[in-house]
Amino acid sequence: MAAFIIRRILLLVPMLLGASLVIFLMLRLGPSDPALDYLRLSRIPPTDQALAEAHAMLGLDKPLLTQYFVWLWDALRLDFGTSYALQRPVLPEVLHFLPATLQLAGIALAFTMLVSVPLGMWAARHRDQWPDQVVRGIAFLGVSMPNFWLGFLLVLLFSLQLGWLPPMGRGTAANLVMPVIAVSFMSLSINARLLRASMLEVAGQRHVYYARLRGLSAGKVERGHVLRNAILPIITATGMHAGELIGGTLVIESVFGWPGLGRYAVSAIFNRDYPVIQCFTLMMVLIFVLCNLLVDIFYAWADPRIRLNAGSA
Amino acid sequence: MAAIADHEGSAVASPRGFFSNMRMSARIACALVAILLITAVAAPLVAPYDPNAVDLPGRLQGPSLAHWLGTDHLGRDMLSRLIYGSRVSLGAVAIALTGIIALGIAIGGTSAVLGGRADQFIMRCCDVFLTFPTIVLALFMVGMLGTGLVNVIIAIVLSHWAWYARIVRGLVLSFKRRDFVLAARVAGASRTRIFIEHLLPPTFAQLVVLATLDIGHIMLHVSGLSFLGLGVMAPTAEWGVMINDARQFVWTEPMLLFWPGFALFVAVAAFNLAGDAIRDKLDPHLAAEHQH
Repeated sequence: MAAFIIRRILLLVPMLLGASLVIFLMLRLGPSDPALDYLRLSRIPPTDQALAEAHAMLGLDKPLLTQYFVWLWDALRLDFGTSYALQRPVLPEVLHFLPATLQLAGIALAFTMLVSVPLGMWAARHRDQWPDQVVRGIAFLGVSMPNFWLGFLLVLLFSLQLGWLPPMGRGTAANLVMPVIAVSFMSLSINARLLRASMLEVAGQRHVYYARLRGLSAGKVERGHVLRNAILPIITATGMHAGELIGGTLVIESVFGWPGLGRYAVSAIFNRDYPVIQCFTLMMVLIFVLCNLLVDIFYAWADPRIRLNAGSA
Repeated sequence: MAAIADHEGSAVASPRGFFSNMRMSARIACALVAILLITAVAAPLVAPYDPNAVDLPGRLQGPSLAHWLGTDHLGRDMLSRLIYGSRVSLGAVAIALTGIIALGIAIGGTSAVLGGRADQFIMRCCDVFLTFPTIVLALFMVGMLGTGLVNVIIAIVLSHWAWYARIVRGLVLSFKRRDFVLAARVAGASRTRIFIEHLLPPTFAQLVVLATLDIGHIMLHVSGLSFLGLGVMAPTAEWGVMINDARQFVWTEPMLLFWPGFALFVAVAAFNLAGDAIRDKLDPHLAAEHQH
């Protein structure tokens, strides 16, 4: 298992380097001159001399490859540069907004699993009966409903009509309810359908048939023989959902005035505050990659076939 | 969806027409898609008003015979704006998907045809792009390129191509081993010719089926970016922007926010259902796989 984890972590290094290269190159090869935006945000008139000074200060006059390695070396030492707009180091700002985003995305992930697993089991147990239809309906809504619109619908219902939940802000558990639902609804419904299909497939397999023949109770067969195997595709899908949940959180933050990275990043995008955008992107990639690492490790733990194969390969 | 797939067994056996033996929901979805496309194309003929005609005295009206869905905070006709909005949303998705498919075929196809080290290298590049969550990559690209609809479309293309390149490569490699390709090789056709004449058509057909399933998904991404204020700019009528515009009136005029979201929801739902149905029709094998 340890060998598997180490191998998997080593695989991350080239991926992250590649991602950093994309993040770096898109700016330098893109249509804009960072020095101009720097001057604009610093409110310095863009004279030829000021522009040349900005180029020198931002290191834009050096060869591209040198620039990349300087940038990468700084990033490895956790120095992501200075925000053009605020003239402050970027990383502390990003870290200031990160916890709120992680909290929302993390709770949404937990909520997705907590709700989708029972829903999927319920649908599989009552195949083609009304519970199955209900879950199918939820799945249909889930993949078609814009999450930000769902957020507003929840606000209209629970804040405006019923007055049960606060429409904005962060701090109490009540603040979390609507954002979490809005962020996780799509992943949750996809997961429930996936688990249903997976359970029905496993339930048709021979070992389940024999378990029934041995006289095990329906509940025991369902939990011990069907769910154990059927949950494996769900674990894999969770890695993908992590990306959707992170992205969903960034959008939903705007609906509920959630003080997270999403709103900070959007304002940086408006300002063309490149160091902030780069740091934000790298941070999100890092988190996404780590999520997938955890998912893979968990998967290998849950399914010995994986880690044994990887070990011998 | 499984139910459609269950149905599909009988559908394939039946010699009747393409639409006549679809499920009811699928037929409704296809009809809705057709209506949406017609409305988008014929917006100037269908819309009762100019979508940008400001009428301040007639602002924030409720539904009436003159304005079926009422007017917004500038007195613009809601229905007309929704109709014109469909143009932007559908148009953006159409362009984005075309770009994604083109890039996917170009890169994935090259990778599969060249093989060896080049293939390895291209696939590692795809992997790098797949380490970004899609929306984060799209946000990043918009940040680098600047805001606006064109840049949002480019950003969507740049953040989705890697998935398609991988699929294209897989498809091309699977077709490469088929007899008809071997026959062409034996007959002495060049690599390029084999790719264009023998590998591209079946790959493209499969890809289009997959892409129809993605229409709704991409529509949500485009309007999500517009909702954040990064894509289409006001006063252009687009559903995401309209939702963003209506936020300030959410407490007093919730319907302003409801309608554009509802239009988006109906459009995405219709494309999802229709995509499912078409996929099941054209590709039973894929349908069976999708169920698992």
